[in-house]
Amino acid sequence: MEIIMETTISKIKTLNSVIDPSLKKVPKIELQDVKVWYDDFLAIKGIDMTIKQNSVTAFIGPSGCGKSTFLRLINRMNDYVDGFKMEGKIKIDGDNIYKKKVNVEELRKKIGMVFQKPNPFPKSIFENVAYGLKIQGITDKNFISERVESSLKQVALWEEVKDDLKKSGMALSGGQQQRLCIARTLAVEPSIILMDEPTSALDPISTAKIEELIYHLKEKYTIVIVTHNMQQASRISDFTAFFYLGELIEYDKTKTIFTNPEKTQTENYITGRFG
Amino acid sequence: MNNIRKNRWKDQIFKYWGIFCTLIGLVLLVVFMGNIVIDGISRISWDFLTKLPSRKPENSGIFTALMGSIWILLLTTIIAFPIGVAAGIYLEEYSKKNRLSGILEINISNLAGVPSIIYGLLGLEVFVRIMGLGPSVLAGSLTLSLLILPIVIVATRESIKAVPSSIKDASYALGASKWQTIWYQILPASGGGILTGVILALSRAVGETAPLIVVGALAYVPFAPQGPLDEFSVLPIQIFNWISRPQAGFIENAAAAIIILLAITFVMNGIAVYFRNKWQKKWK
Amino acid sequence: MRKIKELVIERTLLASSLVTIAVTVGIILVLSVEAVQFFSEVSIIDFFTDTQWTPLFTEKHFGILPLLTGTLLTSFIAIAVALPIGLTISIYLSEYAPRSFRKTIKPLLELLASIPTVVYGFFALVVVTPFLQQLIPSLSGFNSLSAGIVMGIMIIPFISSLSEDALHAVPRALREASFGMGATKLQTAFKVIVPAASSGIIVSIILAISRAIGETMIVAIAAGQQPRFTLDPTVPVETITAYIVQVSLGDVQHGSLEYRTIFAAGITLFAFTFILNTISYRIRKKYQEKYE
Repeated sequence: MEIIMETTISKIKTLNSVIDPSLKKVPKIELQDVKVWYDDFLAIKGIDMTIKQNSVTAFIGPSGCGKSTFLRLINRMNDYVDGFKMEGKIKIDGDNIYKKKVNVEELRKKIGMVFQKPNPFPKSIFENVAYGLKIQGITDKNFISERVESSLKQVALWEEVKDDLKKSGMALSGGQQQRLCIARTLAVEPSIILMDEPTSALDPISTAKIEELIYHLKEKYTIVIVTHNMQQASRISDFTAFFYLGELIEYDKTKTIFTNPEKTQTENYITGRFG
Repeated sequence: MNNIRKNRWKDQIFKYWGIFCTLIGLVLLVVFMGNIVIDGISRISWDFLTKLPSRKPENSGIFTALMGSIWILLLTTIIAFPIGVAAGIYLEEYSKKNRLSGILEINISNLAGVPSIIYGLLGLEVFVRIMGLGPSVLAGSLTLSLLILPIVIVATRESIKAVPSSIKDASYALGASKWQTIWYQILPASGGGILTGVILALSRAVGETAPLIVVGALAYVPFAPQGPLDEFSVLPIQIFNWISRPQAGFIENAAAAIIILLAITFVMNGIAVYFRNKWQKKWK
Repeated sequence: MRKIKELVIERTLLASSLVTIAVTVGIILVLSVEAVQFFSEVSIIDFFTDTQWTPLFTEKHFGILPLLTGTLLTSFIAIAVALPIGLTISIYLSEYAPRSFRKTIKPLLELLASIPTVVYGFFALVVVTPFLQQLIPSLSGFNSLSAGIVMGIMIIPFISSLSEDALHAVPRALREASFGMGATKLQTAFKVIVPAASSGIIVSIILAISRAIGETMIVAIAAGQQPRFTLDPTVPVETITAYIVQVSLGDVQHGSLEYRTIFAAGITLFAFTFILNTISYRIRKKYQEKYE
């Protein structure tokens, strides 16, 4: 057991030094030999990787390559999927989040998630943003409205909706809805934000707004984003991981991946020869 | 050419036959309603609603039966609503695909097809005799609650299923527990649909006769029930009793009571449809 | 603390869903315990072969056959009315009728199914029987014909609504393929769509039969209370359900043989509907798997 731990740790250390030997901060998310099954199907075939804090990491790869599954491991959203089985360790600031004693709800408060399709609750804008606080049992009205305001300001939605916070969140436009969903996530002050193709359902102008937002958010958060759009990955991310058929093919600085990839598979994918 | 013309002709004939069949049910409905209104409308008055039953048809009223029906309605709601909705939530949100869930599913589907009179036999033996409740409003309500339980469960499941899973995902991702997600998101979003199902189930309960006869509800009760352990009658049983009597005056009474019963049933159905429409708009 | 709360809630919800199992177990236990006691006093062979049912008379006979024929006769008449009309409606609504017509007419038809059965009993006795007596003068005041016809009208929506759903679910491509070969709507409906939707239609028919067999008030009011081993639709008969009502209205001592007869009758009825429901559930499951 000890020996296995040793080797894994050393593996990570080498991986870290490959990515950037100058970065000395404690890694935020460490994934160690992660395997995932759906019933008998091996969807993730043993992945090791370390995701840095205060950075944007993009997951790219063709449909069905496991990148969304992989993202959802980090806040344990796969727990509810029928037939889901997982092996390996995922550590956040050194703690394995798949340990038995972990409180999944507490974990998810630390890790926000933004989904592919904007999914506001069928409630008012205010209620949408306040929901995360409400379920934590916070009742202080002033605190809640301050937090709602600051969250909406962070996503640059405040000016657009401040006069009708009572309007249904579903009445907003698609881009506004997605920013509302991000604000909803920020309101509980997570340290990590997971984004699952957050702009795939949006028009180019809304997409640009969200991308700008992501750029600003990385000052305070660690962001992991799954995207289908390679230009998007190259525009907004610091690191890029290329997945193919449940394996991590290549993981490096975004610039390296897009200009000088090590593997031919990566090159073929980013140049549009398949996928 | 000839053959084609023949086929087109057959097509047309079927079309008109189809229209005829579709309308015949509704025409008969109107004819029946007309007959009942003609027979019964003259008997409807404030006295008819507030008087006790009597041996003389012209002195009879439906007060005790109406109060009995209201008691049954209230108690059945109190019993069947929480159990049915809770079971529906469990089956849709908690139960995993295993043997128990398979058994529960086939069992509920079967219960929905058990004739109502069989529930009466169950109620007679279990509630009236073994639990010693006697032929009381409570025994009747418990029996009807079991009868409508499958309808409430199925309606709850259908409405919950209609809530997009993205809503659930969003709630879980914010750190909500399973129950918080159900309580704050799923139930408010599916409430209209659940309410529709519950009201439809209750409207069925109001019209039920046979199981309550078996449980021992009486045709003649001198007073309206004062508590859940009192004896009772209900509108359908009052109607049944009046239909079975030879004097013409009682047929008029039966028709008048049917107007009241149908009014209650249709109003409940109307409310249900209203909730359904309002709720369906939400997801479009 | 929060974990405990969640667990308590889950257990409560589970308990609620287990109530449904308790109901089924309760029904089977209650019916069989009383029926076993009944059959300790009455020979099961007599029960199924004797053609007389006179448990309330001094000279007692316990042959279920008259009640069975009464039940099957009224149900048969009901299905004979509801099946052709219900199926035609479903085909017309799904293949011919304009969308808006379908949307208004379907809830109206379903209204037919929401009318309390005691009301249908009133129609049968007070409206339909006198009308039929003008056509068939020998018709008795209580008869299975009028009860069966009215029951048929009541179950039309069961067949039309569920069959229409099944027809409607048939993919458009099948229709277009048939039209493309020059078939009329009628030919398409009967040669392509109905066969494709057959399992759904069969399920609707089985449910309708099960409903007719278990129907109580219409037959109790309009078909009479005279158990008679006959297939003549013009004379009074008694169904299993009507017999249970008849005994329940009277003053029968608990624990007596008469009291047990209603459970023996009840278990017979339950067995019938249970078999029908199980068949329809199986067909439905198989059908779902095929298309999912």
